[in-house]
Amino acid sequence: MARLNWKRFKDERKNMNTVPGEKKKEKFFGIKPLVVALWFALLFLPFNGLRAAIILFAVLLISIIFFKFLFSYKKIVIEGLQTFHNKIRATGLFSAPSVHIIRSLSIIFLFILPFITTDYLIDVAILAGIYIILALGLNIIVGFAGLLNLGFVAFYAIGAYSYAIMNTKFGLDFWSALPFSIGLTTVSGFFLAIPALRLRGDYLAIVTLGFGEIVRLILNNWDSVTMGPNGIPGIAPPVIMSVSLGKLSYYYCFVLSLVILTVFVTRRVYSSRIGRAWVAIREDEIASSAMGINTTMYKLYSFAFGAFWAGLAGALFAGKMQFVSPESFTFMESVLIVSMVILGGLGSIPGVILGATILVILPEILREVQLYRMLALGGGLVLLMIFRPQGLLGGKGVSLRG
Amino acid sequence: MLLQQLVNGLTLGSVYALIALGYTMVYGILELINFAHGEIYMLGAYLGIILMVFFTAIGLTSYSLPLSLILTFFLSIIFCASYGFTMEKIAYKPLRKAPRLSPLISAIGVSIFLQNYVMLTQGATDKVFPHLFETSTITFMSVSMTYLQFFIILTSAIVMVFLRLFVRKTKIGKAMRAVAQDKIMASLVGINIDTVISVTFIIGSGLAAIAGLMVAMYYGLVNYYIGYVAGIKAFTAAVLGGIGSIRGAMLGGLLLGLVESLGASYISSEYKDAYAFIILVLILLMKPGGLFGKAELEKV
Repeated sequence: MARLNWKRFKDERKNMNTVPGEKKKEKFFGIKPLVVALWFALLFLPFNGLRAAIILFAVLLISIIFFKFLFSYKKIVIEGLQTFHNKIRATGLFSAPSVHIIRSLSIIFLFILPFITTDYLIDVAILAGIYIILALGLNIIVGFAGLLNLGFVAFYAIGAYSYAIMNTKFGLDFWSALPFSIGLTTVSGFFLAIPALRLRGDYLAIVTLGFGEIVRLILNNWDSVTMGPNGIPGIAPPVIMSVSLGKLSYYYCFVLSLVILTVFVTRRVYSSRIGRAWVAIREDEIASSAMGINTTMYKLYSFAFGAFWAGLAGALFAGKMQFVSPESFTFMESVLIVSMVILGGLGSIPGVILGATILVILPEILREVQLYRMLALGGGLVLLMIFRPQGLLGGKGVSLRG
Repeated sequence: MLLQQLVNGLTLGSVYALIALGYTMVYGILELINFAHGEIYMLGAYLGIILMVFFTAIGLTSYSLPLSLILTFFLSIIFCASYGFTMEKIAYKPLRKAPRLSPLISAIGVSIFLQNYVMLTQGATDKVFPHLFETSTITFMSVSMTYLQFFIILTSAIVMVFLRLFVRKTKIGKAMRAVAQDKIMASLVGINIDTVISVTFIIGSGLAAIAGLMVAMYYGLVNYYIGYVAGIKAFTAAVLGGIGSIRGAMLGGLLLGLVESLGASYISSEYKDAYAFIILVLILLMKPGGLFGKAELEKV
């Protein structure tokens, strides 16, 4: 007892004589940064070799001390940034014009884009468009209804393969095959959901992952229909009014219009009765079923509706590449789509568009470091979950208008 | 033929069981599917190869092979335990109060990170375990079994017995069971939850390291993506036995190994990897509690 009191007395006396800022400064030369840096250097030692581990140790030690130093002046840095921000605001250069004007101008710009840039850029833009449709579809399941689906790529694969098979085996063109391939995807989404929805959060994620793997294995091994790992070549691009969309800029405009359609439809559905039911289920399933929402039915709708867009994206992908193979539909692809939705912000449509665009375009810009793409994606997911789980544009609360 | 497949299945199954124990212990305590657990197993396999190559280079293997094998086991267990410990501190501890799906996504991030880290540092091609010893086979009634298979089954059995004793008899094992039952209550009676969670990750990672090392020796080939498939299969084994139950994970692993090797020889070897997924889906739908678990009720 006496010892305890003495300790407290000592602490209090120490606190009386020091201000909080000073106390932190003492820590700079403590042993902790050294231990942390040594620990990580040892962890990296077997895989990176001795030299890299020593370099890492030095870099870590310096950066830990540097950041500690920076954090002790956090207040000053933030204040400086704020005054800077206020000064910029005061100039009035960035006061926003009407949202509608910006939106229509950017859409017009996006339609003109293919005629002023290179083929390479259009190619990337088409890919971004396809991923935006996919990510918006997944956003319905993960963002609106709150069901983590790690096998979304299965629907994408079903859409792509059904168009590819319809086209090469039965000679159907894009427009007559499209309803079939979207329908098949939607139905498969519906039927996957019936058993899967009896499960709770993380189990559901694993079962959908298993579904994705099973679909990939079937594509890989059912040689007579899917031609196995070799894939299906020679898929015809879509034709509109006897104009083939094989040319990149035409295909770009086609994809862009479908992206706009997707955004429009998902927005409308989000603010409808179904969308509100989804959000209610996401926020509290038990409460919403007590309010009379048929939770199972609405979850089924979300799976089917999400799969619908994956089917469309899949058909677009097959039409663009004119070739499909199981390699394009791995688990990593599922993770990539989930990351797009999470990065942008769960449930936020502009956020998801931003997330998909970033994750498609960033690796293209950073060509030299493309090897590190997945490494950064993995680390980024962890950091995102810790520091900003709501994503770039996602709000913390749920607003039905956003 | 049947007996032969049973032996092969048992070997495979005891490896799955070792990995499944890590899943089931972490799930029992944190209710988290540690998606990156399979990568720890992969790291263990790689560490075995790296250390063996290193020991060959400095001439230890020609001096004494058993010593270098023991050192390899010892060091890779220690390294993997440190990886598991660090992983928990960085990726899961800050998310302990977050919604359920956040740690799962964080775990997927860790898994991708580790896979690509190994791919970048060790190359994307297969790594070969140095060929240091001949394994002779024991033949008994037309069933042949290599010493290595025997070694794998025996080691797994010994490790599992020790784990069971550890969880049943020691103080920290008791604390682990208490935390698995009720975290808040356990902390009220003076159990340090953080320590218990760290110990769980360390033990689970150590077991995964043993599994990885033995697989590297058994197949002789290692690749950076073996962790994903093995992880999913071990998770299936854990679910099959009832997640959270240590006894269940052991039995589930053995069962899954048997199903896989019998299925591969009698049904179709092309869909070998699909059996685990099909079992997983069926178990979750028909008996989500698994063989030894009890069905959970969702609390408001």
